[in-house]
Amino acid sequence: MPVGAASWSFTEDDFGAITKSLERFLFDSNARCALLVDRSGQLVATVGEQPKFDPTAFATLTAADFSANDQLAKLIGENDFNSLFHQGEKESMYLADIARRVILVVLFDNRTTLGLVRLKMKATVDELSKFFEEVFKRGANDASKPNILAGADDEIDKLFQ
Amino acid sequence: MSMINYASREINCKIVYYGPGLGVKTTNLEHVYGKVSPDTRGKLISLATETERTLFFDFLPVDLGTIRGFKTRFHLYTVPGQVYYNASRKLILKGVDGIVFVADSQIERMEANQEAMQNLYDNMSEYGYDLTRMPFVIQYNKRDLPNAAPIRDLQSALNPGWEISDPSRMRVTANPFRSGENLVEQLQTGEWVEHAPYFDAVAVTGEGVFDTLKAVSKLVLKSLA
Repeated sequence: MPVGAASWSFTEDDFGAITKSLERFLFDSNARCALLVDRSGQLVATVGEQPKFDPTAFATLTAADFSANDQLAKLIGENDFNSLFHQGEKESMYLADIARRVILVVLFDNRTTLGLVRLKMKATVDELSKFFEEVFKRGANDASKPNILAGADDEIDKLFQ
Repeated sequence: MSMINYASREINCKIVYYGPGLGVKTTNLEHVYGKVSPDTRGKLISLATETERTLFFDFLPVDLGTIRGFKTRFHLYTVPGQVYYNASRKLILKGVDGIVFVADSQIERMEANQEAMQNLYDNMSEYGYDLTRMPFVIQYNKRDLPNAAPIRDLQSALNPGWEISDPSRMRVTANPFRSGENLVEQLQTGEWVEHAPYFDAVAVTGEGVFDTLKAVSKLVLKSLA
């Protein structure tokens, strides 16, 4: 049995690759903003128009929303809902699962349509799913990135004095 | 599931406060929120019922300092304590890095404490997490009340120690948070057991709140080192 939840890390190159993929998607779909949130509620990246709300709180609620809906899916005999759509009067959001570990959240308004967002999102979801599967396979400490906390016991002790 | 973000130079960790209903888990977060500087904490999010019982969770992000140029960000969550909210309680444990069990010291809440502790073990093992091998501390709360049970009784009911099977860990280990006590010790029967660190607290006045938070955060960071 694993001790607890696995750690994972995220490099500047990863960030560059994700940003590029999401920028292309935002351009094609005319959506305003895309956020990536991991399933435990941590914000991974924000691309496009910078949101005016608190992104940390938003990420947490997104993860909770997705988890609650996963359980609802199970109750009705589905494995999961791999996407969710919340419709507002002016602003809407579309959420999609990426590799069972990350959630892509897209915010859009009436400058585009749900149909276009969904259509353009499919390729992005496939691309990001492959990408994140590689990232998770690598874990928190791949050989090229030494563990930044290795031997930091003294520094950790000092932080909490 | 801690996340090390090299792009924004952040280490993100998740800590969950667990325990029986009305056990002041939310009060812990409110105290932290009120005491830390607004630059180092985010918004306190509360998904509660009209009677202020936590329905889904409370959430507070705090920065606890910088290590090797990386900001350490801790996401603190509480779960609903009421028994019938188990479905939502379990969801919050997903990806947890450290647990604080907030026990209610009142004698009449002993059974509720034990039930919540059992529920924690069950929910963790359903995710495949081993509570005995991860950062875990216990906070005995409401120590100021006249009907508070003695710590000795609470320890034997909630923290009797789990058996160690790994020979490399069978050595007496002092409790870094309490002088004169051990976390790992050998019983008279010969078996080795390990206890979780524990703290006395009165969350409404803030006593013990930061000691608990510091201890669990430190254990989480050390588990990554």
